[in-house]
Amino acid sequence: MAQRKPFRWHIAVFLAPALLVYTAIMIVPLIGTLNLSLFNLTEAGGRVFVGLKNFATLFGDPRWSESFWNALGNNGWFFLVHMLVQNPVGVMLAALLSSPRLRMAAFYRTAIFIPTILSFVIVGFVWKLILSPIWGIAPGMLDAVGLKALFAPWLGKEEYALTTLALISVWQFVGIPMMLIYAALLSIPDEVIEAAEMDGVTGWSQFWKIKLPLILPSIGIISILTFVGNFNAFDLIYVSQGALAGPNFSTDILGTFLYRTFFGFQLQLGDPHMGATIATAMFGIILVGVCFYLFAIQTRLRRYQF
Amino acid sequence: MSTARHSAARSIAAHGVLILYTVIALFPVFVIVVNSFKSRRAIFADPLALPTAETFDMVGYQTVLKQGDFLLYFQNSMVVTVASLFFVLLFGAMAAFALSEYRFRGNLLMGLYLALGIMIPIRLGTVAILQIMVASGLVNTLTALILVYTAQGLPLAVFILSEFMRGVSDDLKNAGRIDGLSEYTIFFRLVLPLVRPAMATVAVFTMIPIWNDLWFPLILAPSEATKTITLGSQVFIGQFVTNWNAVLAALGLAIVPVLILYLIFSRQLIRGITAGAVK
Repeated sequence: MAQRKPFRWHIAVFLAPALLVYTAIMIVPLIGTLNLSLFNLTEAGGRVFVGLKNFATLFGDPRWSESFWNALGNNGWFFLVHMLVQNPVGVMLAALLSSPRLRMAAFYRTAIFIPTILSFVIVGFVWKLILSPIWGIAPGMLDAVGLKALFAPWLGKEEYALTTLALISVWQFVGIPMMLIYAALLSIPDEVIEAAEMDGVTGWSQFWKIKLPLILPSIGIISILTFVGNFNAFDLIYVSQGALAGPNFSTDILGTFLYRTFFGFQLQLGDPHMGATIATAMFGIILVGVCFYLFAIQTRLRRYQF
Repeated sequence: MSTARHSAARSIAAHGVLILYTVIALFPVFVIVVNSFKSRRAIFADPLALPTAETFDMVGYQTVLKQGDFLLYFQNSMVVTVASLFFVLLFGAMAAFALSEYRFRGNLLMGLYLALGIMIPIRLGTVAILQIMVASGLVNTLTALILVYTAQGLPLAVFILSEFMRGVSDDLKNAGRIDGLSEYTIFFRLVLPLVRPAMATVAVFTMIPIWNDLWFPLILAPSEATKTITLGSQVFIGQFVTNWNAVLAALGLAIVPVLILYLIFSRQLIRGITAGAVK
């Protein structure tokens, strides 16, 4: 131990750029946001430390808490629709795509992934067109099959708007679970499948008993990515319903609530401190969700090594 | 015999479901493209009909191109996306190499620190990012967007790339060392070419949210000179909301570039994820 190893400069050189940009633009602002949520303005306009008072206002003061709980509840429903529709559909499509000797698999894969690469502006606008009661492709199509009575201006009705938007978002993003599950299914070794076939396990029961348990970790990762993505959603609601998340705030989620609070809208002025408070609350919600996944679910998932 | 028929029926059913979903996925794109080539009257009369010689009309595209700004918006989007992609891939690969290749104190901690960003979205720091950009005079510059997107893309890039780099043969790298290559040469000449599929995967997953982002352009660079195409078309829709030809043409034009980029990378994509971290 007489001679210490010389400092390996190349490690520092390799790490420095990423670390620098990441810390300066991501970590420092996040800490800044957490910090800002502890301050507020005095009547005179000076900035003063208020501790957790902003949070008390957000959760307790009816002027704020009503919007907050409304946005949180809507966000929860938004997430639930994704979990119940997007991920099962994604798994199903991936299972079909990965069936052996399927022709045109590359075409289907590319076509189904295309909505994912479209911008929210396009997605929001085109679905508004399709569902519009005036121009309306949807009413015309329902009419053609004799179901015109089922049509309603879904985006304009308080009770349907949020679910409709969630389904549009599912339509857009189903490509991501499909792609990841497809990759997971492809990486199951042939020997495992062959062994199952030798034992007479084929078709559906092969999927449920052999493949599904093997791709559960991937489904777990997708669920947590969906969770993080949904609790940060903003764009789709903003482009299709505006910052006011109409009708009557029925599609308001945390992202639009944060935007309105921080930047203001119409007559209300922007409030950076309450904005930071909402961002911190979102940060807390996401952290709780991720920790719940890491400690309560991921540790129980059984992983197989091939 | 019966199993053969059984499997034929199954494959037809599989094709049926996949075709049905493909139609659902492509239908809205079809609606935009078809109607952008029709005259105003034809759009309203029969939105699902293909343009015929009678109803064919390029007036929408003419309006958009006369507007002129779209070329600039497109250029802005291109600059921002390509530059961010370059920095994410370069810096991400370098950090991933350091984490996967060398054993040093704090390696694991560093990996966790960088992975934190996958779970916590950068948007929550917007308030403070805006203050930083205002303080450094970067508001309404493309640099601000490039910086933010680079930071946003790095965590996932480092995570995926370091999984891949662990799979690069040690013998190869050690052979390089014996031949007297520096660590930098080993990284750029030996390792980088070998992880190309992973780079393509990271490129697709990084590129799509950057190209389509509305939040940061709206907040950090809303000026006329720095608008991206996503923000530009959002504003355009607001102004031309009754000029459907123009709006549909603008949307059609906004789809093309990202579609081309995706098709370029997508061949590498599946190979990339299959060998990657998420298996």
